[in-house]
Amino acid sequence: MSATPHDEERLGELLAMLPPAPTGWVQAAQELPEARRQLDEIVERAREDAAFRVRLLADLEAALTSAGYEPRPALSEALRARLAELDSA
Amino acid sequence: MTIELTDAQLVERCRSGDQEAWNELVERFSRYVYAIAVRGFRLPETDAEDVFQDVFARTFERLDSLRDDTALRPWLAQLTRNACVDRLRAGTREQPTEEPLADEVDGELERLDDALDVHEGLHALSPNCREVLDRFFARDESYRVIGEALDLPAGTIASRISRCLGKLREKLEGRKPSPDPSGGS
Repeated sequence: MSATPHDEERLGELLAMLPPAPTGWVQAAQELPEARRQLDEIVERAREDAAFRVRLLADLEAALTSAGYEPRPALSEALRARLAELDSA
Repeated sequence: MTIELTDAQLVERCRSGDQEAWNELVERFSRYVYAIAVRGFRLPETDAEDVFQDVFARTFERLDSLRDDTALRPWLAQLTRNACVDRLRAGTREQPTEEPLADEVDGELERLDDALDVHEGLHALSPNCREVLDRFFARDESYRVIGEALDLPAGTIASRISRCLGKLREKLEGRKPSPDPSGGS
C-alpha cells in the first residue's frame, strides 16, 4: 500500500471505493466451471447423437430443457457458437 | 475459525478443480474487477458486466499460464485493464466516446489497489466490525438500515463505526489494538 497515513477519514474513502459487484454477476462467474462442463457435455453428445444435434439446431432452448439443462442465455450463446464450429468442421 | 487461504493457495486449489476455491477467488476479487471497470475506466454497467464475465472466463481458462501464483492480483488487474481497453476501442468504433486519460486511469487503479489492501484488512477484524464498516462505507447503508439488519440500536451505529475504524487503522499500521472495554466490536 502506498505510504499514506491511515487516517480514519481516508480509510472510509478507500472502503467506499469497493462496493460489491452485482450479485448476479458474481454468481454467473462462480457458475462458470459448471457451465463449461455442461457445455462440453452437450457438444460431445451433439457430436455423437445426430438426432439430438438436429433438435438443438431446430430449437436450442427447447432441446436443452427436454434434455434436463437450464437454457441460460450464456449457455445458449456459447452453445450456438460451438455448434456452428461443429457444423463447419 | 476459518483460515483464509493465500492467493497462491487459492490458485493451486482452483487449478485442481476445487469449486469452493473458485467461488472464493471470484468473491475475493469481484469488487476489484468491478471497480476497475466502472471507476477506473468509467464503463457503463452493460459494458462493465461483459468485461467482468470476460475477465473471470479468461482467468478460469488461463490460470495454468500464471507464472507466479502470488501475483494473482496484478495479473487480474492487467486482464481487466486489457478487457476494458478492448471494450472502449470496440465502442469507439461504433459510437465515439470520451476515453479516460491514461494518467487518470493509472492514478485511479493505484487508489483501487490501496482500497483493496484496506478491504483485505477488514478480515483482521471481528465479523461485527467488518459488517458494520462494509455496510456503511461500501454498501452506503444508513444507520437505520444497518441497525435493523444487525439488530442494533441505530443510535449506537456511529460510535461502532468510529471504534471499528480505529481498530482497522491499528491493524493496518501493525499495532496491537487497544483493549475494547465495551467488548462491542
